[in-house]
Amino acid sequence: MKQADFVNIVMPFKDKVFRLAKRLLVSREEAEDATQEILLKLWKNNKKIEDYKNVEAFSMTMTKNFCLDRLKSKQAQNLKIVHSNYTDSNSSLQKQVEAKDSVDWVSKIMEDLPEQQKIIVQLRDIEEYDFAEIAKMLDMNETAIRVNLSRARKTIREKLTNTHGYGIK
Amino acid sequence: MDMVLNNIEKLIEKYNNAETTLKEEAQLKAYFLSDDVAAHLEHYKPMFQYFSESKKEQYTKDVPLNTKKTKLYQWISVAAVAVLMLGIFIPNWDRGPKTLADYSPEEQEMYLEAKQALAMLSSNLNDGVSSFKVMELASDSFSAGLEKANHITEFSKSTNKLLKN
Repeated sequence: MKQADFVNIVMPFKDKVFRLAKRLLVSREEAEDATQEILLKLWKNNKKIEDYKNVEAFSMTMTKNFCLDRLKSKQAQNLKIVHSNYTDSNSSLQKQVEAKDSVDWVSKIMEDLPEQQKIIVQLRDIEEYDFAEIAKMLDMNETAIRVNLSRARKTIREKLTNTHGYGIK
Repeated sequence: MDMVLNNIEKLIEKYNNAETTLKEEAQLKAYFLSDDVAAHLEHYKPMFQYFSESKKEQYTKDVPLNTKKTKLYQWISVAAVAVLMLGIFIPNWDRGPKTLADYSPEEQEMYLEAKQALAMLSSNLNDGVSSFKVMELASDSFSAGLEKANHITEFSKSTNKLLKN
């Protein structure tokens, strides 16, 4: 495979790889580094790529695994306490004050979701993949995906309605 | 308008249960990105806005496949290592010859003479240590002699006394 062919294959979804990486790693720089490494890995395996029917799904799976590994090793290095998912109205208020506007606030809410839910919201609500594709990428069944997605959407809605209420007071 | 709102309310409920299709979700997005959202649904707006804004983010860096570039980097690192090694070895070049054979005959002779002299000195030092012992003995005898000399002065004092009397 020539470089030009490879670039043509990768072009349509490289932004999706980057956005998923950024969803998980949060920082833009880290997401860019991760995307570079993932694209380079793909290029090194370009002979295998010709055998894959769905390079995009394969790449998204790779991105998810790569970023989760990176997060794990980061946590091991920093001995950071993993962000737990309890909801503390004070801390969410604090965060909302930090957020520039309500759209920023959504991204903060997303940061607090469990990794699995982040990935699913990213793939469904932002990238608009159908459930069958997401199931393939994450190696999960569609029901489990729907359950996680529903939880995530409800969490986001609750936090938004709560802060909406605070706003009125 | 009520029909639309009714439909949206149903859809949003399905949406929260993750039961909407992609088409229905597109309808919801279109509604919430529009300017006339019902007041009681207002709080959904930032969520759909955020989703559509997030999708616009792009990876702006190059696709890093340029193998020539990576080869260049490899050569740069090889060159860097070479420069480092030179840095370590160059100072030693100024220090001149390292073995005896590298010196001029005069220098060699001087070296050998110095070596001999030092060897002699060191053997003399050993001798010196043993002669110190002799000295010690001598000093002991000196001390004894001094004591005797004291006796002598005492003696002379007494004789002087005797003579005076």
